[in-house]
Amino acid sequence: MAAAGDGAGAEALAASVRDFVSGQQDGRAAEVAAGVKDGTWTVLQLVEALGFCLENTDPQMRGRGIQLLSQVLLQCYSLLQEKEVLHLVLFYESRLQDHHLVIPSVLQGLRALSMCEVLSPGLAVSVLKAIFQEVHVQSLLQLDRHTVYSIITNFMSTREEELKGLGANFTFGFIQVMDGEKDPRNLLVAFQIVRDLIAKDYDLGPFVEELFEVTSCYFPVDFTPPPNDPHGIQREDLILSLRAVLASTPQFAEFLLPLLIEKLDSELQSAKLDSLQTLTACCAIYGQKELQEFLPSLWSSLRREVFQTASEKIETECLAALHALSACLSRSVLSSDSEDLLDSFLSSILQDCRHHLCEPDMKLVWPSAKLLQAAAGASLRTYHCITHSVLLLLLEQYTKHTQSSQRRTILEMLLGFLELQQKWGHVEEDESVLLSLQAPVCSVVFSALMDPSVQLQLVGIKALTVLGFLQGFLSSSDLELVVDHLVRLALHEEDSQSSEAAMEAAASLAPTYPKVFSGRMVPRLEEQLQSEREESYHNHHSLQQRCLQALAAVSTHTSIVRETVPVLLQYLQKVQKGTEARNTQDMVSVCQSLHRVALQCQQDADGCWYFHQTVVPCLLAMAVQAAMQESTHRLPGKALLEEEVLAAMIPVISAATTHLSPELAAQSVSHVVPLFLDGEVSFLPQNSFPCSFQPFGDGECLEAQRRLVALLMAFVCSLPRNVAIPQQEWLLRELLSLSCSCNCPFTATTAAKCFAGLVNKHPAGQQLDEILQLAMNRMEPSLVEGPRRTQALTLLLWVTKALVLRYHPLSSCLTDKLLGLLGDTELGPAVADGFSLLMAESPDVLHKGCHADVRIMFRQRFFTDNVPKLVQGFHGAGPDVKANYLKGLSHVLNHLPKPVLVSELPTLLSLLLEALSCSDRVVQLSTLSCLHPLLLEAPQVMSLHVDTLVTKFLDLTSSPTMAVRIAALRCAHALTSLPTTVLLPYKGRVIRALAKPLDDKKRLVRKEAVAARGEWFLLGSPGR
Amino acid sequence: MVGAGPGAAPLENANPLIYRRSGERPVTAREEDDELPDAIDDREIFDLIRSINDPEHPLTLEELNVVEQVRVKVNDAESTVSVEFTPTIPHCSMATLIGLSIKVKLLRSLPDRFKLDVHITPGTHASEHAVNKQLADKERVAAALENSHLLEVVNQCLSARS
Repeated sequence: MAAAGDGAGAEALAASVRDFVSGQQDGRAAEVAAGVKDGTWTVLQLVEALGFCLENTDPQMRGRGIQLLSQVLLQCYSLLQEKEVLHLVLFYESRLQDHHLVIPSVLQGLRALSMCEVLSPGLAVSVLKAIFQEVHVQSLLQLDRHTVYSIITNFMSTREEELKGLGANFTFGFIQVMDGEKDPRNLLVAFQIVRDLIAKDYDLGPFVEELFEVTSCYFPVDFTPPPNDPHGIQREDLILSLRAVLASTPQFAEFLLPLLIEKLDSELQSAKLDSLQTLTACCAIYGQKELQEFLPSLWSSLRREVFQTASEKIETECLAALHALSACLSRSVLSSDSEDLLDSFLSSILQDCRHHLCEPDMKLVWPSAKLLQAAAGASLRTYHCITHSVLLLLLEQYTKHTQSSQRRTILEMLLGFLELQQKWGHVEEDESVLLSLQAPVCSVVFSALMDPSVQLQLVGIKALTVLGFLQGFLSSSDLELVVDHLVRLALHEEDSQSSEAAMEAAASLAPTYPKVFSGRMVPRLEEQLQSEREESYHNHHSLQQRCLQALAAVSTHTSIVRETVPVLLQYLQKVQKGTEARNTQDMVSVCQSLHRVALQCQQDADGCWYFHQTVVPCLLAMAVQAAMQESTHRLPGKALLEEEVLAAMIPVISAATTHLSPELAAQSVSHVVPLFLDGEVSFLPQNSFPCSFQPFGDGECLEAQRRLVALLMAFVCSLPRNVAIPQQEWLLRELLSLSCSCNCPFTATTAAKCFAGLVNKHPAGQQLDEILQLAMNRMEPSLVEGPRRTQALTLLLWVTKALVLRYHPLSSCLTDKLLGLLGDTELGPAVADGFSLLMAESPDVLHKGCHADVRIMFRQRFFTDNVPKLVQGFHGAGPDVKANYLKGLSHVLNHLPKPVLVSELPTLLSLLLEALSCSDRVVQLSTLSCLHPLLLEAPQVMSLHVDTLVTKFLDLTSSPTMAVRIAALRCAHALTSLPTTVLLPYKGRVIRALAKPLDDKKRLVRKEAVAARGEWFLLGSPGR
Repeated sequence: MVGAGPGAAPLENANPLIYRRSGERPVTAREEDDELPDAIDDREIFDLIRSINDPEHPLTLEELNVVEQVRVKVNDAESTVSVEFTPTIPHCSMATLIGLSIKVKLLRSLPDRFKLDVHITPGTHASEHAVNKQLADKERVAAALENSHLLEVVNQCLSARS
């Protein structure tokens, strides 16, 4: 049976071989290989079957036979026995001398064998020797050359020891193989081989220069990938690969450095850049020895480039190279007899740059300063050497020049050197050059702070901050002076830029010197704040504002916060008692300052709890007191209860709450919720109130108390999700009924938001379903008719938002309800605006910062679920409500991330074009802002509609609304990114039409018109 | 800011002083009010021309101090604009080209009603008179723009810097 099977197998094999060789049927190779894999026949049998053609005199025939064998081997090399491999190798080696038609297949076979694990020792070397000897690689085709590189790579990764036995002959052989290579695909492989040769320490023998020549001839890489290149090799790949070779060994240094200097002196930008980057890479492995000879010419080339170049890129690379060179020299270990090159190198830099710092016209100061700074930043030694010489000079120059602008330049340079000092951290006292110059540096910086020029002041303030960070640099009397300057600038400097910069400087220095700032700055600010006004009302007011800002800014350390918060709260109480007209604005300012303080202490648990404990009860107490006064005495106009002030308190309470630990938050919630539900006032400071606090009670006179739900919302909606809220169901029911029944829009909306914020965080389950059902039951009848339709709609919108954010199943039912209401003539417009509320980030509740449950893709999901319905609704709607659908749609589109928008918009394009004709300006505006990115990013699609677009945009440039005119002109400008040929027919018409908005009454419109018209003029014109 | 200019060999003034750019004009509340009209003022005209590129340096006319806000005068009511520009050196051969660029920019950016006068700051250029005459001559300006090479250079000066 077996014999018969063999016989049948042999026949099938012979047939396949015949079909492949004579019949030119390439598919047979796979069958033959499959036969070898499943054991139907062996490789030996295949060779026997091939016998006739391997010995054939026709080279084509032989080639075909070897091709079949090689293809089979490429698939089955792992099945071969050691003995088989030996015979095959010997066979293939002998075939290398064969006709050139045969060689490609021979190489394929050798590649298959080079991957065999059972290759006996010595064979790898003999294969390579044979290839080096018999094959002229560079006369082969690209693919066959690639095969040779693959064979070498395979052997290098598995037979490293054997190849090293070849000594420098291997290197020489490879040099001959790659000499003259032109194809980028092969070069990438060849470069990798050279890198391995060097990295794995193969013997280069006397061939270092040859190896360098054979690779460096490609430098600098000049290669542009052909259009539609299927191989995806970029110029950058070759550059990096070659750079890795060139910068891989100090042995190349003597050849490479002259080459780099030569290319650096060339005219070609790319060559300069590549040389500089390569030099920087080399410095990582070079030492003093390699660089020694070339330092003078390297320095002169670098200097010339920085002094003369117009290209920022080249300048940056030059500075990086100089930095690397200096670092390299600083790092080198010296032998006892050699001189220290670093010193001479630095002194030549100093010699060439120093004098530019003193030239009266100051033309080359910046390039010189940058060079010096690049060298100084390399190591502590270079820093000392350079600053030692330069700092004193700069200080002298500062006093020599009297103009503010020149002083500013000098101080900016000085600042650059001071910033470098920071890099080295704390420096031993006796080593620091800077310490010895402490007095003159301080006096220069202080004089800048007193200068009338704002620009100089700003640099001075920056320098002050840097000095403050240098540990031990400023003495305590200097520090006091620093604080005095900062207070003066923050409060009394007319220019707001300087004042703000001074406050920021105080903010960043305060954590380092908390005692000085709390002891010297805070009392001065407090005193100023308490002072009665002497000067004009306006001055006094703006001074107070600055005090409030400065108090907030300086509160960057817990100990300072404990000083400033009481001051701020005290001031708030004082303002509340006052009767001045500006009360509201003042209170808002205090709240803004408190908010900043709250944000600054969030990261610090102690500070956060202190702030919460101090501020929240105090604000609540003040508000409750004011509300009660209003309900008992009917005193109108308590500023504290105005919407604006309450709205400003919300972020304060919210920021004081979001970062509380769950335990502390739970402690606080057990006071605040009972205050609102039961009127439990005992935890408030000064809690003797004339009557009880019942914000959820009935009665006309409780209107003022109800407004305080805003503060409840700020607190309760900012709690971490895992903090349980006592009596939550009761609270939810109270909020629900307040939001549906209250006549004051502020209170009703706040209650609805508070309800929504809690519902969003409520764990899923029966309780949540019940409360939602309750809400639906309250809303639905009110939505249909009655006096409170608006309140019901507000509640619906907020609850929908809360559920959409967390992907609650009920959300689709609620959005459908909203979509239905778009067709309502009375509520429709409000619903359309509500879509913006659904999509936008709301500032106080339902955002990530206050721990709301927000799924990241909710906008996309809302878009996919609801936009088809909006489009459908638009087509089915009556003419009077069509605009509502467009408006809703444009709100959804406006809040979608731009990449999603651009990919989705083409399907909606026809609708958007229709929307351009809509008379509602909100629709116009948002449609224009949707089309703008589309014009820039999908010009091909937009080109199809160019006629409509041009007409509509030009029409809208005469809209009565400024914002629409601006948006239309921006779109007209963006049109120019469409293909020029599409636009040219419209050029004359657009330019004529845009002449009119050039004379628009609004400057902002004219600006856009100028930009758009200028760009249209350039269309199709030479020099664009 | 003071710094080095570009150093490619054939420049006439290879190393000019560089001046600071004024920032974007801050938008005032009045400008954002839909109802109130804003008159065309000196700064607005200056903003039109300050970002024109110099024909030979990679810098703007403002950075080279060729144009300054104090040398721009506009009268919106009478529809007149007068701009003085100062070549960087008295023998600057680019003066006409710079003047032409300023003129073209204003022609393209201002309503028709304005009468434009672009000339060299008195006493700052060797052939001041000849250049001024060329710039004032409508026909010669129009003819210059027919020359496609000249138009190319002017357009390059007016292109937004990439």
